[in-house]
Amino acid sequence: MMDQRERFYGLLPQLLGDDERLVAVLAEIGAGYIDPGPVADRVINVGIREQLLVGVAGGLALTGLRPIVHTFAPFLIERPFEQVKLDLGHQDVGAVLVSAGGSYDWPEGGETHMGPRDVALLDTLEDWTVHVPGHPDEAESLLRAAAAADGRVYVRLSAGSNTQPLATDDRRMTVLRRGSRGTVVTVGPMADRTLAATEGLDVTVLYAATVRPFDGGTLRATLNAPDVVLVEPYLRDTSTPQISRALQGVRRRVLGLGVGQEELRRYGTRADHDALRGLDEAGLRRSITAFLA
Amino acid sequence: MTPAYDDLPALMTLMTGDEKHGASATSTLDVIWVLYDRVLRPEDRFLLSKGHGPMAYYAVLAAKGHITEADLRGFGGPDSILGHHPDRTLVPGVEIGSGSLGHGLGLAVGTALGQRLQGSHARTVVLLGDAELEEGSNAEAIQYAGRAGLNGLTAVVVDNSSASLGWPGGIARRFTVEGWSASDVDGRDHDTLERAFAAPGDSPHVVVAHVERKES
Repeated sequence: MMDQRERFYGLLPQLLGDDERLVAVLAEIGAGYIDPGPVADRVINVGIREQLLVGVAGGLALTGLRPIVHTFAPFLIERPFEQVKLDLGHQDVGAVLVSAGGSYDWPEGGETHMGPRDVALLDTLEDWTVHVPGHPDEAESLLRAAAAADGRVYVRLSAGSNTQPLATDDRRMTVLRRGSRGTVVTVGPMADRTLAATEGLDVTVLYAATVRPFDGGTLRATLNAPDVVLVEPYLRDTSTPQISRALQGVRRRVLGLGVGQEELRRYGTRADHDALRGLDEAGLRRSITAFLA
Repeated sequence: MTPAYDDLPALMTLMTGDEKHGASATSTLDVIWVLYDRVLRPEDRFLLSKGHGPMAYYAVLAAKGHITEADLRGFGGPDSILGHHPDRTLVPGVEIGSGSLGHGLGLAVGTALGQRLQGSHARTVVLLGDAELEEGSNAEAIQYAGRAGLNGLTAVVVDNSSASLGWPGGIARRFTVEGWSASDVDGRDHDTLERAFAAPGDSPHVVVAHVERKES
């Protein structure tokens, strides 16, 4: 199966062909994989210059165009964070930022290429929509919607995907399973393993491919026991404040599961890191059963 | 009657309360005046990257009718549209919000690219300070604009020798080595400035406008 990033690279020239308002801005990453064909003038590669990557996007947006900006997560959100804050947010212009590499899609590459802090950093800024697709089909539909919108949108592409697309078109959370002893909210590529880890547990499982805005309405509407577990593929507890806001006034317990802050200084495969960080099926099951016991 | 250059100090006084304005407050005054009075056409864009000390900019915007004298009197107040750094969402005629140094040139490169992609011959003129040029983000933008042959882009660096570490060999060569054309001019001489801003050739252009050394 073509992964989310490959789907994006194939889709990008089509999107640009269909809408003259769109311009792709790259900083080398992806430039060798995208075949721009007739839209080559609207695929701009600024080289390995990430401050300029986002600055150029802001300038293009000031002329009425809609930039689609792409590189690995740490070079898109962390290195040029002030450009994201000022050249997009403070200028009050829109853009689509599309990252690849997720939290640790290339563990052999080590800490410099890991991007678990992206969503938490964007949470410090105003008015970002954040999509975390869990399947290439979801990635395509969310990218199409982001391209057609006007605001600031972050699409976080992952190497791992669920076997089936699970997201709904209305961007609300999907009810994957209903139970009576708590709720597990799982995000993007974490869905399949969360379902496996909660097999036989009497819990509701909700799935989100769009985490900002956070769909607190579905969480409230489906809530049974006020015990909520959050399974996120990026920094642990990134969305815990969203749960608190959604359940304001309800006495509750919340467990956030995700990537820890600690630098492991370990290489290996994604599966190795899932296990090391307690984010594989066994680790999730361990944490969730202990919390609900 | 439309205000003239000689009226600008009085407009600045509305903001500062000072009768006289130091060289630092007026370092950009002549450059911005010449741009608005003689160079920029309605479709062109002026981006003030060096957002610090914007009184000269606001005075010119008032002289050219973008904002009012009442706006100037409120300078920095809680209900004012005019801060000590400009905000494009608040001030009519202001193209970018600035203040943090080193953002305007990248935004200007994107603006010039956007104009070119849309078949416009509009110019994008961005003003920086010589100390602001120390920010590394400028190097990325200078390099790329040269490679991309962005001839719709003009940068003007107002040089009041405020960069602590200086620019050995001069500022212009940082641009020309990357394929820009350059003019080194007296930043107070209006006719010279006008000539330096004359229609560009086939590369981006930088005007290094020299003014008095910043008083310390």
